[in-house]
Amino acid sequence: MAAVLDTGDISRALKRISHEIVEKNHGVSQIVLLGIPTRGAYLAARIAKFLEEIESPVATGTLDITLHRDDLRLRPPRPLLPTVIPTGGIEGKNVVLIDDVLFSGRTIRAALDAIGEIGRPKTVQLAVLVDRGHRELPIRADYVGKNIPTSSNESVKVNLSEIDGIDSVEIVGGK
Amino acid sequence: MKHLLSINDLTADQAISILDTAKELSKVSDGAMKKLPTLRGRTIVNLFFEDSTRTRISFESAAKRLSADVINFSAKGSSVSKGESLKDTAQTLQAMGADAVVIRHGASGAAQRLADSGWISASVINAGDGTHEHPTQALLDAYTIRDRFSELQGDFQGLEVAIVGDILHSRVARSNVLLLKKLGANVTLVAPPTLLPVGVESWGVSISYDFDQTLVKSNVVMMLRIQGERMNDSYFPSAREYSRSFGLDSVRLNMLKKNAIIMHPGPMNRGLEISADSADAGNSVVLAQVSNGVLVRMATLYQLLAADQNSEMRM
Amino acid sequence: MTILKSARLLDDSVVDLRLSDGKIAEISSSIVAKDKDVVTYDLEKNLLIPGFVDLHTHLREPGREDSETVATGSLAAIRGGYTAISPMANTFPVADTAGVVEQVFRLGQEANLCDVFPIGAVTEGLHGEHLAELMAMAKSKAAVRIFSDDGKCVFDPLLMRRALEYVKSFDGIIAQHAQEPRLTVNAQMNEGEVSSKLGLTGWPAVAEEAIIARDILLAEHVGARLHICHLTTAGGVDLVRIAKARGVRVSAEVTPHHLLLTDDLVTNYDPVFKVNPPLRTQSDVLALRAGLADGTIDIVATDHAPHPSEDKDCEWQAAAFGMIGLETALSVVVKSMVETGLLDWAGVVSRMSTNPARIAGYAGHGHEIAVGSTANLAVIDTSGTWQVDRNKMASKSKNTPFHGMQLPALVQMTFFNGRLVHDLNEGK
Repeated sequence: MAAVLDTGDISRALKRISHEIVEKNHGVSQIVLLGIPTRGAYLAARIAKFLEEIESPVATGTLDITLHRDDLRLRPPRPLLPTVIPTGGIEGKNVVLIDDVLFSGRTIRAALDAIGEIGRPKTVQLAVLVDRGHRELPIRADYVGKNIPTSSNESVKVNLSEIDGIDSVEIVGGK
Repeated sequence: MKHLLSINDLTADQAISILDTAKELSKVSDGAMKKLPTLRGRTIVNLFFEDSTRTRISFESAAKRLSADVINFSAKGSSVSKGESLKDTAQTLQAMGADAVVIRHGASGAAQRLADSGWISASVINAGDGTHEHPTQALLDAYTIRDRFSELQGDFQGLEVAIVGDILHSRVARSNVLLLKKLGANVTLVAPPTLLPVGVESWGVSISYDFDQTLVKSNVVMMLRIQGERMNDSYFPSAREYSRSFGLDSVRLNMLKKNAIIMHPGPMNRGLEISADSADAGNSVVLAQVSNGVLVRMATLYQLLAADQNSEMRM
Repeated sequence: MTILKSARLLDDSVVDLRLSDGKIAEISSSIVAKDKDVVTYDLEKNLLIPGFVDLHTHLREPGREDSETVATGSLAAIRGGYTAISPMANTFPVADTAGVVEQVFRLGQEANLCDVFPIGAVTEGLHGEHLAELMAMAKSKAAVRIFSDDGKCVFDPLLMRRALEYVKSFDGIIAQHAQEPRLTVNAQMNEGEVSSKLGLTGWPAVAEEAIIARDILLAEHVGARLHICHLTTAGGVDLVRIAKARGVRVSAEVTPHHLLLTDDLVTNYDPVFKVNPPLRTQSDVLALRAGLADGTIDIVATDHAPHPSEDKDCEWQAAAFGMIGLETALSVVVKSMVETGLLDWAGVVSRMSTNPARIAGYAGHGHEIAVGSTANLAVIDTSGTWQVDRNKMASKSKNTPFHGMQLPALVQMTFFNGRLVHDLNEGK
């Protein structure tokens, strides 16, 4: 079980993503960052900080997609996590969804449904720290920290210092 | 957790988890009230053997906001009124493929019978059984209290709650006592001795026959509906005497602590247990209770139904 | 002729017995069969005692033959070691005339498994308004001596007084179902902690005790015999104890279920525990056991009350009151009284056979094992245990609260008038 990314790698990846966001959107004035709890929310906060350093403060919030999942039946019920939509909303904005790992794409599909309940953004973009492949839906990320090819019986564990006490990305399991 | 029959089915943590879920749902639900797809394809039956439009509508709108299919099965005008037994009704619902049954019944324990009997495999939610319990009412009351006293999170320690009125016949009182105690509040029951059950000493709450004394120290005053026909059974001599001793009137309204809130599960008998000005006072949260009811019932349905109980799976 | 080998008696002696013409003809240390047509049963040192006598049985015939008939009730009785039972009057029609009690009596004779001595109603239709024709029932072929409106209380104090007085002429006895009706409107279970939590209307102890106290005073005043059905409260035991000390001619019964079960069993709302009078608290149970042990309570009576499954397979409030008990009575008494050291086997025999036979005046029952006694006998394996299975009951109904319980004592055989009517090992 080796760390694929360490603190420095993660920080550099997020900084690069931040620059790409500014570049693609010609600034940050119309940007709204929405992190998908739990770890996507922390990543969103970190990216927001970089964006503020690079340009200016950006509207940042969180989006819990639990109620929109299509695999609820397969899991024990879990508590809902906070959804915080920044004042000013998302109408007509360029929303950047932020999550830790992009895998099947189902979480993002649910997030797109959830966004649809809230408003009609101009664009929705996707930033992920890790893309591990194995997509089950026609979904792709606009900003990727690192592509990590995996086998389907492995899993990718993202640790963030805010809750895990350490920054790292590991590949767990698989034989 | 498959059923919600009594507050006793919940640990304090589970209760708080329902309240937290309801809180999150309130944010999702703010503004444009759109449907969530969470329970798409699930069938929820409202099985009402007693008339209660308020509770039925609350459950119905909670289920619909989560995209469940709702079937309303009321005893009136159905085969139940022709003498069909609870068992036969349950088996009919089973055959129809109900995932959950929300039951309101005049007999104490009816919800538990439905859950235990093996007549039906659906989740059972008690929406009021006789004079036993009404757990979702207690949950929505706790939610409303938490909403008003933002310093309370998991713990209701130090909160003084007075429950006033016909405790003997009140399922709302029984569920509230259980839940508020679980969350750490101090509960005082206020009623004439005739409207307190023999055995109430075992509930672990304070008893008072003096509303005024209790009122001035309470943070929450929960008024219960008093039924006029109790008079005929000599539970109290007259409506006027009851009102004078145990009603929340204008004089008592002014004796309330600053920030204290007034609750009532409805429907209210204005002028009997609660005066009009008390019911409509700024510290009355009666209408908030109604709107919170939908959120708490959504949260309950989510907790009970979102996951397939048969597949307690990983990840 | 029948020979019973190796019977153990209450004094622990082991003897052989010869039964002839329905009576015990000989008892000695060894009896050898001389004739060829003698049937011999080896009792293998199991306990031989007089057959039990139940003074409180519900058989549902006429009227509700779907839940029990006189024949199926008789079969349940002999499986429980009973050789005499007393069906209550609350049938359809009510046993309030000579015609109905004679019909029940005749059905018992036709079944011919045990004696069936009907109890007559005190009031017409059990309505509590007019006396039934008590004398006519007493003089009928059924020779009724016990009268009861059981299921309902004879509430009107004047009517109760008249009934007590009236039956004195033929040494009759009024068996009272002590339940103050106004204090028990819509009552569902014992009033106390459990009822307060379950939200079920309480059946307070005082509703039983108020009637017991009143009736004791009435019986004392008119010098009549009073029998208290199914005592359930500690206070009731005290009242009967005081009355007996004052010399009142009162007797009392307790059911097996009230000796073992308590009201906390109601917590899951399973109506199999719904019974009238209701299951009480543990302190009541202990007082009842003490009362039965010290003789305050004279007898155990089953209050065997069969109900069809639809009357129990429903919500608590809609369910019928009552439990079957004939087949489990002995075992429950052994568990609650013998295993606790409160009664020995002689005590069990007095409470379940001798005393009820004496109170009711049932000749041929409750005699000691002696030459000349009628051979109404039960053979008990005192060390065996069994698991109650409601699906294996002889009763037509399954409403036993003891289903699944492991209980002591097995009724191996029952002899009715010298004839083997029940053999547990038959077919094995």
